[in-house]
Amino acid sequence: MTETTSVPTETAESVDEFAARARAWLGSNMPRIDVDNPPEADRGEDAPWQRARELQKKLYEGGFAGICFPLEYGGLGLPIAYQKAFDNEARGYEMPMILNTPTFTICAATILDTGSEDQKRQHISAALRGDEVLVQLLSEPSGGSDLAGVITRADRVGDKWVINGAKTWSTSAFAADYGLMLARTNWDVPKHEGLTMFMVPINSPGITLRRIKQVNGSEEFCEEFFDNLELGDDAVVGEVSEGWHVASRQLYHERRAVGGGSEFASGIGAEGKTDMPIDYVELLEKTGQADNERARELAGRALVHRAVREQLIDHVYHGVLDGSLPPAAGSIIRVMHAEIHHLEFDTVLALAGSSGVVDVGDDLLRYGERYLSRQSAALGGGTTEIARNIIGERVLGFPREHAADRGVPFNQVKRNKS
Amino acid sequence: MSEVANPEVLLFASTTQSFLEKEAPLSRLRELHAAGTSFKADWWRRAAELGWTSLLVPEELGGGSVSGDGVQDLALVAELAGKTVAPGPLHPVSTVLAGLVEAPENHEETIESLVSGELVASWAVYEPGKSWSPLDATVIATPTATGFRIDGVKDRVEAGAESGILLVVARCDDAVRQFLVPTDATGVRIEPQRSVDLVKSYARVHFDGVEVDASAAVGSAEQTAELIARQSQIAQVLQCAEVVGILDTVLGFTIQWGFDRHSFGRPIGSYQALKHKYADLKIWFEACRATTRAAVAEVAAHSPGAEMAVSVAKSCVGERAPGMVQDCVQLHGGIGVTWEHDLHLYLRRVTLYRSMFGTPEDHNLRVYDLTKLGPRASWGLESAS
Repeated sequence: MTETTSVPTETAESVDEFAARARAWLGSNMPRIDVDNPPEADRGEDAPWQRARELQKKLYEGGFAGICFPLEYGGLGLPIAYQKAFDNEARGYEMPMILNTPTFTICAATILDTGSEDQKRQHISAALRGDEVLVQLLSEPSGGSDLAGVITRADRVGDKWVINGAKTWSTSAFAADYGLMLARTNWDVPKHEGLTMFMVPINSPGITLRRIKQVNGSEEFCEEFFDNLELGDDAVVGEVSEGWHVASRQLYHERRAVGGGSEFASGIGAEGKTDMPIDYVELLEKTGQADNERARELAGRALVHRAVREQLIDHVYHGVLDGSLPPAAGSIIRVMHAEIHHLEFDTVLALAGSSGVVDVGDDLLRYGERYLSRQSAALGGGTTEIARNIIGERVLGFPREHAADRGVPFNQVKRNKS
Repeated sequence: MSEVANPEVLLFASTTQSFLEKEAPLSRLRELHAAGTSFKADWWRRAAELGWTSLLVPEELGGGSVSGDGVQDLALVAELAGKTVAPGPLHPVSTVLAGLVEAPENHEETIESLVSGELVASWAVYEPGKSWSPLDATVIATPTATGFRIDGVKDRVEAGAESGILLVVARCDDAVRQFLVPTDATGVRIEPQRSVDLVKSYARVHFDGVEVDASAAVGSAEQTAELIARQSQIAQVLQCAEVVGILDTVLGFTIQWGFDRHSFGRPIGSYQALKHKYADLKIWFEACRATTRAAVAEVAAHSPGAEMAVSVAKSCVGERAPGMVQDCVQLHGGIGVTWEHDLHLYLRRVTLYRSMFGTPEDHNLRVYDLTKLGPRASWGLESAS
């Protein structure tokens, strides 16, 4: 059992006091890790998910789970400064990093915004206790960026909803308990108006799950097929036909989370060795380029941009909070995430030279392999093209792109040629 | 650059802004250029009266800030000055003051004259043929019976021809020192150097056996590297802050152009190719603002992380800003490359600042070296993937 400490109720605890209490608790309850060599947490394997649930349970029992989630749903109801202070203290400890996205930063955040009181009480606190892992079931094989064009159907049969269709690109659905699933409940109205969001138990009869293997060998993403899956009305999140509103909240939270700007994430740092920031100093020493000015300059440029990305995340977060930037500015972080990811992977490929493409025994081939899936950063969580549209239209106010399906009943909209 | 919050800062900002709009509009910049003038001395005295020169100076030396944080206030002035690419010696005077206030002994009168705007000073740090390397001086200061004799050549001295006094970096007995040298001293010869800017002028300064008193030295030998670091940081964050003001203005009117200008019956901002270019401008503008803010805060706090933060900002802003203004020229079309359009006034200033006080490449190297000295990849916080 971990020791439970509670937030003093008589006086508000200052950030410094909270940090001191967190420091003491972490020191005697959470496992220490070597920050330069964190334990691997491959999202495609089962064990890291079991581990994350155990760690989350410890945090919950210690009174440090869900720092920015409301008290009534199992959180602490504190401002982001407390979460940041906790993150700072938690460096060097093993944290359930893989639960941050999508469970906390997207799914729980969206349930908090749009869920019923029962759903909030059940799912947010279960997630904070480490009892539930949540995923998103949004994208479909038929289309990526046009998310509102989903064709998975939910038909009303008696007092049940019957689901048929397919979803894809759901992160680690194999390890999840529930998924937020967007389905079409009305085909006679324009596409955004006929959607409903459902909370789906992943291990239901009627769901067949398949892993997707990516270029880098990862199998964290899944595809799900629904064959007459039955759900009750209590599975509806928000209102029937208001599914797009719920999905929009997910997208909003996702854009912030992808760039690292969510107050609902707990702990900062790498998810595992393959997620570690590139150590350019070590790389240059290893490749005999420690005194090469061209190499040092390239590495320095990447370090500059890495730092600017962090400064930008902070700036945009506070800008949205104080109203100097509109909420859609989260897409600025999303694009910058991809830009810096690209710059770093391009830089490391250049610095690794031929060792990045032929294994000469110096462990640099991994950089060539990572380069092959470089575009993931510009695709996952919504493409950078869509993000740039959002910035152009909803931050700067330029006219929207032409859409041939706007205002047209969905059953009359042209779809993929098969 | 400060979060404008308290009423005194708001008042200071609005006074500064209306002074700049009235007394330093773009039309004035063009007139000064046509007349071959950098700035008018009486204009600078009035700017000083508004408090621009007192911000870095403690009250006991006759100065005072508005918010209690002089670096933040000064960065705010620089950002506002960027909106009309104002003329004047704000940067050189502030840079010299940044050094003098850390070692004011014997220099109280100089500080007072600089604060009043009667005197203009500049930092003679660059040397001919050399890139940004402030501690690498070949100008020699030789100890004499009464003081020092200074010999050598400096160049790229901003407002050198308009300055009454120069803060000269020189080598003295194997140490780097700084000396205040009046420009009317015997043996000082000043040759103007053109810059890409419309009004900012520079100078090559020859020192041939220039005699100064012992009291001309600024700070001790041990202190000098720290003073030079501080002066560099002030010069660099002021550039970044001014560029943020420039970008804010240029993006503002270029975005408006995207709504107003129509082609094929549509506002040009409705075309996705241009909309995406606009989005990138917004992204990098916010990035420049974010990194500049962070650097200003570190310098204001005299933080040990100030050098890193300033080099990060200087590299990012220096690399991105000229390309961003060029994109704005592209979005304007042919009008953007005419002398009549104001875009080039802004483009000139950001191009000048890109390469002065260290190029982005110089600062990338510095960031790498500081990273190597410090806590390696964990610096800059988060992961790359």
